[in-house]
Formats: sequence, structure tokens, C-alpha cells
Amino acid sequence: MPTTDEVKERIERALPGAKASVTDLTGGGDHLRAEVVYDGFAGLSRIEQHRLVYDIFNGEIGGAIHALSLKTSFEAPEGET
Amino acid sequence: MTDEQIRDEIQRAISEERVMLFMKGTPDMPRCGFSARVAQILNATGVDYAAMDILPDPRIREQLSGLSGWPTIPQLFVKGELVGGCDIVTEMFESGELSETLGVEQPARAEPAVQQTPAQAPPLQIE
Repeated sequence: MPTTDEVKERIERALPGAKASVTDLTGGGDHLRAEVVYDGFAGLSRIEQHRLVYDIFNGEIGGAIHALSLKTSFEAPEGET
Repeated sequence: MTDEQIRDEIQRAISEERVMLFMKGTPDMPRCGFSARVAQILNATGVDYAAMDILPDPRIREQLSGLSGWPTIPQLFVKGELVGGCDIVTEMFESGELSETLGVEQPARAEPAVQQTPAQAPPLQIE
């Protein structure tokens, strides 16, 4: 079962420049929550943003990682709020 | 039932039901907190929806995830398109986008999208 640190590292390695913060929701190590800020999410639908992250853990979600809750966002470009 | 029959049944539900929820358990008796939350949100919007319990046969989930490319349950489809799972549906409900996607009026007690979730939808806050 990957640790929160491993999950964070794998997200940040797979999505260059992304910042991830990963918490263990239950203390059991199998219900994780990741908040990911990544410029590459700009212009993508939420489904597409979440898929980018899920794809990193291909096959492990539902298995070793019972649940990975996601919140994705990107930094608004200058001049936008 | 063969795998193909299961897949056809799932495909039929996705294409024929305007709002289709695949979940663990049923809206009346959900078997997972994430599924429960999405069912509660749909109930709060007042939309008519169909639900399929994926638990009775593990192949339902395999075939569904194969079709949708989405690994987790629940999965909400509107007009044949995957909207998301619990995280996305919750975010969209809180921002008001969900009612738009569903084609229903935002529940009267909800505030406009610019406001953070006020005191509405107390059932969703049991955690």
C-alpha cells in the first residue's frame, strides 16, 4: 500500500511542476485524498483533470488504494481571478 | 449472464437513462459513503434518475470501468456522458453547476454560485 508521501511523489513526478498534498482520510492508509495544483489542468474538464491523476495509479485504485479522493485546480493566469 | 450481456445492459442504461447513477447499494440503502453522498445530492436536486447497484456481481464494475475508463464507484452519467464520481459531483453541486448539467432548477435554498456553500444540504455534512 503506497504511503501518502509516495503518492505525492508519484503525482509530482508524473505531472511536471504540479504541487500535490496528500492526506490519509482514515488513518488506515487506504482512503487517501490528494489536492493537486497543476498548470496542465487549464482548459481541461474536471473529468479529464481527474483522469490525468487516476492514470498515474493505473489499476491500483480500487485495489491497493481503496479510494483516492481528488481535488484538482490550476493557478489562474495573470489578470484573471 | 455473459460478460457481453452485462456490458450491453450497462451500455443500454447509460444511453437510455437521462440521469444514470452506478453505485454501491441503492439510493434507499447505499452501501458506501461515497455512493450515499451522490444519491443524496441527486435527491436534493429533485431530478429523476435511475440507479444500478454494482455489488451483486463483480463483473458489473469491471465492465462499467472498462466502458467509462473511470476506476471508482460511484459514477454519474447524464445524457450518456460521464459527469464524474463523488468528488466532482460534490464540487459541481456546491458551485451550482450540477443543476445546470442536470437541467433542473437549483434548489431554492441554494445560493448563487459565487457564494461558498451556505447552510444548505445539511445531510451532506455528516462525516
